[in-house]
Amino acid sequence: MPSNEVIQGLGLDDYKFGFVTDSEPVFRTRPGLDTDIVRQISGRKDEPAWMLARRLKALKIYESKPMPEWGGDLSELQETLDQTYFYVKPQEQMERSWDDVPENIKLTFERLGIPEAERKILAGVGAQYDSEMVYHSLKEEWEAKGVIFDSIEDGLKNHPELFRKYFGTVIPAADNKFAALNSAVWSGGSFVYIPPGVQLETPLQAYFRVNQERLGQFERTLIIADEGSRAHYIEGCTAPIYSTDSFHSGVIEIVVKKDAYFRYTTIQNWSNNMYNLVTQRALVHRGAHMEWLDGNLGSKLTMKYPSCYLMEEGAHGDILSIAYAGDGQHQDTGGKVIHVAPNTSSSIVSKSISKGTGRSSYRGLCKVYDGATNAKSNVECDALLINETSRTDTFPYIEIDERSASVGHEATVSKVGDEQLFYLMSRGMDEAEAMALIVRGFIEPIAKELPLEYAVELNRLIELEMEGSVG
Amino acid sequence: MNDKAVLSVTGLRARVAEEDLDILRGVDLTIRPGEAHAIMGPNGSGKSTLAKVVAGHPAYEPTAGAVVFQGEDLLELEPDERSQAGIFMAFQYPIAIPGVSIANFLRTALQARLGDDEELDLFDFQELLMERMELLDMDPSFAQRPINDGFSGGEKKRNEILQMAVLKPALALMDETDSGLDIDALKVVAQGVNTLRKENPDMSVLLITHYQRILNYIIPDVVHVMYKGRIVESGGPEVAMELEARGYEEYRIAHAV
Repeated sequence: MPSNEVIQGLGLDDYKFGFVTDSEPVFRTRPGLDTDIVRQISGRKDEPAWMLARRLKALKIYESKPMPEWGGDLSELQETLDQTYFYVKPQEQMERSWDDVPENIKLTFERLGIPEAERKILAGVGAQYDSEMVYHSLKEEWEAKGVIFDSIEDGLKNHPELFRKYFGTVIPAADNKFAALNSAVWSGGSFVYIPPGVQLETPLQAYFRVNQERLGQFERTLIIADEGSRAHYIEGCTAPIYSTDSFHSGVIEIVVKKDAYFRYTTIQNWSNNMYNLVTQRALVHRGAHMEWLDGNLGSKLTMKYPSCYLMEEGAHGDILSIAYAGDGQHQDTGGKVIHVAPNTSSSIVSKSISKGTGRSSYRGLCKVYDGATNAKSNVECDALLINETSRTDTFPYIEIDERSASVGHEATVSKVGDEQLFYLMSRGMDEAEAMALIVRGFIEPIAKELPLEYAVELNRLIELEMEGSVG
Repeated sequence: MNDKAVLSVTGLRARVAEEDLDILRGVDLTIRPGEAHAIMGPNGSGKSTLAKVVAGHPAYEPTAGAVVFQGEDLLELEPDERSQAGIFMAFQYPIAIPGVSIANFLRTALQARLGDDEELDLFDFQELLMERMELLDMDPSFAQRPINDGFSGGEKKRNEILQMAVLKPALALMDETDSGLDIDALKVVAQGVNTLRKENPDMSVLLITHYQRILNYIIPDVVHVMYKGRIVESGGPEVAMELEARGYEEYRIAHAV
């Protein structure tokens, strides 16, 4: 287990964040943030003293770090933060009424064909989810195998040693400003432990747990896949997440131990006022394999770069990401692979689509440390521009300190052309259908990796989005 | 063969959108059900432009005249509406759509022909596709490949014929389908077209070509010679033979400005 110092020693201070969702304030702390509020949060959760101490320390770090000046435009973020309620009591988050949900969101749910019960959950108004029964039977099966799949709060309460051993070891508070913020005020998220050798066929879905208490604005997830285990965690959904909040910052920490395999899939579609600043990182040990499958739709600005730290010999990391930037949105996304040990390998495949005035940036880091002999990494990023006003940029950072490393990088930018559209239209599809087909084809290499229902939803969502792109 | 025109073009003038010069300078053409017409002409005579204007390519702009398809004013319709009305254009340079299989593409094209509340039955579609591929003597695995992505010239043209077979148009516009094909590929493509014509004797074909050789395999009822944006001669297959022998020289002299 590498210590905090090792991680910090890697000196990758600046760019990374963590994950999240929404809330409606009923009971909450006052706006803004200070030690008193952090104490309130910790107190309400009935936390042990060490966690409060961690939170307070993290707050200091947060306050001391400047706002990042790279990536997206964060110049108006401070104003948003000053008005943010940093803690909202979970139960009361559910008390919003369906009537409060804007018509356009309801309409989108309907057009996506999302079941009634699920719509309410997504809109943040539902209390229960139909799949509760499914969840309970799965839960029994998991528990029999020793799998822990709990809320992060219950994880801390019920498994204090395990929790303390790993919490904050993958993403220390000092990692970046928003990791520090999350470490000070985190609330909600999952705690997952897969015992050695346990292989799960059914993915662990955050959905199943969300009926207990909704994912917080500062979600914190900690996952440990012990030696030789194999599992898949799925979080999020393609439907737009309606929220009155405008700032989310989560932290996802994953430890993949020797010879284990873990896949983390997330698809999120934030409302257009949202800053979504996320740090998600996995430490991958000897012979282990980590996969991030990351879809980012919506939001005002998303900055999110799932990363794999390949800590021991033979570790492998894959990052697959799709970003969709509609009008006025900026998706600054990508991935990071850090090769620390020999014979480690990694691949990043990133696809972005920009429509209207949308902007997508691929930002990726491939770092190979001296001594990581025969490390192999391949990066492929493809951007598709729908309109003349759409924009894309590529920022690949490659730092190689090892002669025997082999690193490939390939980037393409394509535009939806008149000839392509005419070809499809001459077969009877209207412009929006033609556009959607081109986009679907573009993301196909990643979409085929998604669970079927997600892929179907994603396709429908793209069709809806493309209807708006015509004319 | 009945006398009612499938396609009737009268006095059609057209130009590249936003440019001053007309490429079509008064084209008259009538095609009846089941007829195969060939249009020949030198480079730049406007023969491909005619096919594109009929199909509704946005880069071209009709400036005068009329195009009526089965009684409907075609120039008022979008390209997708023209397709749904029964026009099909086999492209000279078919476009690649990475990540979209031929099967998926055709399913989407057929679904587009149905109403919003009507869903194309997947099994029916699969059956239709297999039947059409068998008719054209094609390997079913072909339908799983992404459209035109990495296809050879011959595969691209065969893909066009497969699409034609699935969409079953009333009028097929074949824009220099023979260009870039070796003789074997040309035969396969021509055979496909003939099979479809045999199956539906009412299907009309407008064949745009530089060369007489494809007309050995798809026998036209009428051959037109296009020169400088006009049809300057029309006749039977013998016109093509004469052209092959004599070239365009006499038109050059006759129409010299």
